[in-house]
Amino acid sequence: MQLSMQFSTIEEVLIVRLEGELDHHSASRLKMEWQEYLKNERIKHVILNLENLHFMDSSGLGVVLGRYKEVKQLGGEMIVCSVSPSVKRLFDMSGIFKIVRLESDESFALLSLGVAS
Amino acid sequence: MNNSMQLEFKSVSANEAFARVSVAAFVSQVDPTMDELTEIKTVVSEAVTNAIIHAYDEDPTQSVYITCELNDHTFSLTIEDRGIGIDNIDLAKEPLFTSKPELERSGMGFTIMENFMDKVKITSNPGQGTKVMMMKDFQKSKSYIN
Repeated sequence: MQLSMQFSTIEEVLIVRLEGELDHHSASRLKMEWQEYLKNERIKHVILNLENLHFMDSSGLGVVLGRYKEVKQLGGEMIVCSVSPSVKRLFDMSGIFKIVRLESDESFALLSLGVAS
Repeated sequence: MNNSMQLEFKSVSANEAFARVSVAAFVSQVDPTMDELTEIKTVVSEAVTNAIIHAYDEDPTQSVYITCELNDHTFSLTIEDRGIGIDNIDLAKEPLFTSKPELERSGMGFTIMENFMDKVKITSNPGQGTKVMMMKDFQKSKSYIN
């Protein structure tokens, strides 16, 4: 199963929704497209919605960490939401939740950034 | 049940999904839980990705070799390459260590393998290749179900 990605913006928030499998094969395409959207000057924060992501390995962790660094440069925040137990386990192992916030779903994530969905 | 299978495929990233799905299909004959299948898929993905990125430096003309064995409820998985090898295995196993930070590698591959499998053994000869042997016992999950 391939990775499909959907990007949308609400005010200064970029929402990234992933579906399918995120591995080394799909990671480079995700990185390129994600970076294009981050060039938009309005964007400050990112919400990564993983509700439909069925598989992720450490290549996925690498892409998320890479974008976290870019969002931090913008003075923004990165929030991950709707994470499956297996993906959460990988995130936990990497210690990423010390720097990236976890929210239960997209509307809570938006609310926490002060944006009405 | 005693069974085995072998795979050999080109070192191209499209084969990462092929490898993990194939190994998961082989393991499914011992009735693993969904969590166990995800663990197996993840460790295959990690080791095959290491072979492609690190051992072969993304040269698509090389080969990756997988051997799977089932002896009763013990699953053995060997993932092998004939690439550059690992100079310092202890350093490579350190969580968050990566030799390729410019490629946004997280350095979590071996940590994940050690967490998801019961045993992991890495042997490597610089210039000759790397062999990652892993074992997982599925007996524990059986007693859970019954």
